[in-house]
Amino acid sequence: MTAIADPTWTLVGRVEDVPLLEGRTTSIDGRRIAIFRLLDGLAAIDAHCPHAMGPLADGIVADSCVTCPLHGRRFDLRSGLALNGDESVTVHEVRDEDGEIWVRLS
Amino acid sequence: MKVLVIGGGIAGQAVLEAIRERDADIELTLACAEPRLPYDRVALSTLLVSGAEPDTLTLRPASWFEDNRIEVLLNTRIDELTGYDRYVVCTGSDALVPPIPGAQHAHVFRSPEDCAALASATGRAVVIGGGLLGLEAAYGLASLGCETTVVHLTDRLMERQLDDGAARLLTPAMEALGVEVLLEANTQEITPEGVRLADRFLPADTVVISVGIRPQTELARAAGLTVERGIVVDDAMVTSDPRVLAVGECAQHRGVVHGIVAPIHEQAKVAADTICGIDNAYPGSIPTAKLKVMGVDLVTAGAPDGSRAVVVADDSTYRKLIVDGAGNTVGTILLGDIRGAELLMDAVRTGREASDPLALLAEASQATAADLPDSARVCNCHGVCKGEIVDAIRTRGLGSTLEVVSVTRAGAGCGSCKPMVAELLANERGGAAEEATFLCPCRRQTREELAAVVRERELDSVSELSAACGAGRDCGACKPGLSYLVSEIRGNRHREERHARYINDRVHANIQNDGTFSVVPRIRGGVTNADELRRIADVADKYEVPLIKITGGQRIDLLGIKKEQLPAIWEELDMPSGHAYAKAVRTVKTCVGTSFCRFGLGDAMKVGIELESAMEGLYTPHKVKGAVTGCPRNCAEAYVKDIGLVAVEGGWEIYVGGAAGATVRKGDVLATVDTSDEAIRLSLAFLQHYRESAEYLERTYAYIERVGIEPVREAVMADLDGLLERYRIAKAAADPDPWRERHAPVHPKQFSELDSEPELVGPPAEGAR
Repeated sequence: MTAIADPTWTLVGRVEDVPLLEGRTTSIDGRRIAIFRLLDGLAAIDAHCPHAMGPLADGIVADSCVTCPLHGRRFDLRSGLALNGDESVTVHEVRDEDGEIWVRLS
Repeated sequence: MKVLVIGGGIAGQAVLEAIRERDADIELTLACAEPRLPYDRVALSTLLVSGAEPDTLTLRPASWFEDNRIEVLLNTRIDELTGYDRYVVCTGSDALVPPIPGAQHAHVFRSPEDCAALASATGRAVVIGGGLLGLEAAYGLASLGCETTVVHLTDRLMERQLDDGAARLLTPAMEALGVEVLLEANTQEITPEGVRLADRFLPADTVVISVGIRPQTELARAAGLTVERGIVVDDAMVTSDPRVLAVGECAQHRGVVHGIVAPIHEQAKVAADTICGIDNAYPGSIPTAKLKVMGVDLVTAGAPDGSRAVVVADDSTYRKLIVDGAGNTVGTILLGDIRGAELLMDAVRTGREASDPLALLAEASQATAADLPDSARVCNCHGVCKGEIVDAIRTRGLGSTLEVVSVTRAGAGCGSCKPMVAELLANERGGAAEEATFLCPCRRQTREELAAVVRERELDSVSELSAACGAGRDCGACKPGLSYLVSEIRGNRHREERHARYINDRVHANIQNDGTFSVVPRIRGGVTNADELRRIADVADKYEVPLIKITGGQRIDLLGIKKEQLPAIWEELDMPSGHAYAKAVRTVKTCVGTSFCRFGLGDAMKVGIELESAMEGLYTPHKVKGAVTGCPRNCAEAYVKDIGLVAVEGGWEIYVGGAAGATVRKGDVLATVDTSDEAIRLSLAFLQHYRESAEYLERTYAYIERVGIEPVREAVMADLDGLLERYRIAKAAADPDPWRERHAPVHPKQFSELDSEPELVGPPAEGAR
């Protein structure tokens, strides 16, 4: 087990807790964060759609974006920018350390 | 060979496409100074009118560049020409801003940012410049509600394209749209308050300068290329440096800088040939113009005047054909009546001999798509001729306007030629043109195309289908549709992948606006009992369910349930899923029929429960709602259901394609039969036909309106046994109650988050379902 000593990183679970091409949420410092497992690694963004607070972790995930399940706002998981609107979500740093998911808030 | 294309506009895009068409191996890199992929600058003014997002103007999606192995550098300004074998400079042009004092107070109209800045314009607006772009900008501002004035230096609008007669009609046409026109008006100064002319001051909240273009030649000058007004190129589009080519509004060919779209495509083809070592020469272009202002039809080509001309005109239309001394067509102006524009533009382009110009004008006004010569250019934006379009329709078997646009690019620019494209398609297909619906719009793949791939390669999952043809990878929006397609074709013996399902189908509950879910147990035919009601009440108490609602489908909806509570609630309800969250068979409403009703002719409740049991658990292209009603009084509303049975004297009527939602439609009678068993059999055959034939998310009423009830009836009757057999197979393999996943979740976190656990459910009881 490799623990990250840097206290700005938080251990939030194991990679296998997030099904492939799906998302799950967790809380870090009182903030809801959505973690996604993509074909080429993990992504972490704020859990709620800025439009109407939709749960982004419940959205459909494609190669690099997620679609909000409530009204279809679509966000790039690397940049956080909406692909069909002006909104954006904050992107957080996320690492896979020997199967553990570590997140550092932006 | 490594080629760098500099500039993310129409020219850069056209060069990339032309090179890739000719050579699959050349390493291509595109450098865009702007933070976005190449977009259609010509259509900018339409953003003001439509209010659409700039993204809608993107010429090709990011996946296109990936698929064609083109490296794209956004936000990248190239300062020197180094590191590549060949360069194509497509830097375009900037707005020409004349040295008017106070010009810094004015807007120009060249980028989406300019467009965004103007989109909020209110009050009074002044546009300096009455050329094509100036008039389009003025129309855009007037559409936003601005009191708009065009200030033009010379004595007529669009003086480069129009003669006096046409210009005199254009002015009132623009004024009818609410745009005031001031001619021979020389702007002396622009102030924050407005525009000062020689004889008056025009107060303005917004001032736009649109007097022309200035080729963007900074890079070319820095690189030491010969630059006059634009970057000087020869007929092979090569600049003074043999490694470097230039295309588009930055280039100057035989002394001319072209400021319109069509020449760009002609130049791009020649440039691509040059790079690929093919001898070709660009002979120059005949200038054409099409004003994109709603309600003012104006097309011009070639010279506005010549040695001989004929004019047919009245108060609001003006049609002119100009011929030279030898009798060859050299120009045309069509205002107010642009019939035959393609034919006349082709006559100008080819210098068609017109011994009787009046006869040619008359012929043009009668011309249909079929009459056009193959050389006639249908799409001026992308330079696509009729012959290319017809050829593509024939050789590639194109069936819809959308496909033709996507394959040939005709109509992908300003779109004004789309009706002509549709007409050509209708001609080729004997009038049987039909708009295709792409199941995967990103990769432009239809349900039929994808179904063929699934069948031929015997694919079992969405992932395999995505790997095979890319569908579902870009935006993912079509993944639920692909899931349905794979499950339908494989008769529910597919490999289920939850990531390709909506959240509703991952947790078998309907997501609500606050992220909670609703739970609707199955209550077949709307018939329940005291035990079920008691369990529902107990669950509502125990879990403090915020809202209990009787649904329109004769069921009970528990709302405000947290995802983690779902398994435990299902366990305590001990009723099967009502599929109220899925594109699937929902309910069969019934009336009391012969049980208690004084008027009932048929046993609606019994037949309804049988029909619901026979249909439940199957996924469908869109939700399917049914009803069985015991007499034509129709208390169960069977006339407006996807499938509705109505008991009549001596038998049953089967209605299909009814709707009572956003669309209200009475269903069509599929058949009238003697017994309820026969009615159920036909209903199931229709359901299977719908499952196999409709587009994803196409309700039965939309499907039947599209294809007609008669073909549906024939298809159902002709293959009754086959449909029922395939239905039986699909039904046998379907999971009748997904709520049983409470005992065997597909993933430990199916119903929970990283920091939560589902509420516990005991093992299934002995002999449980």
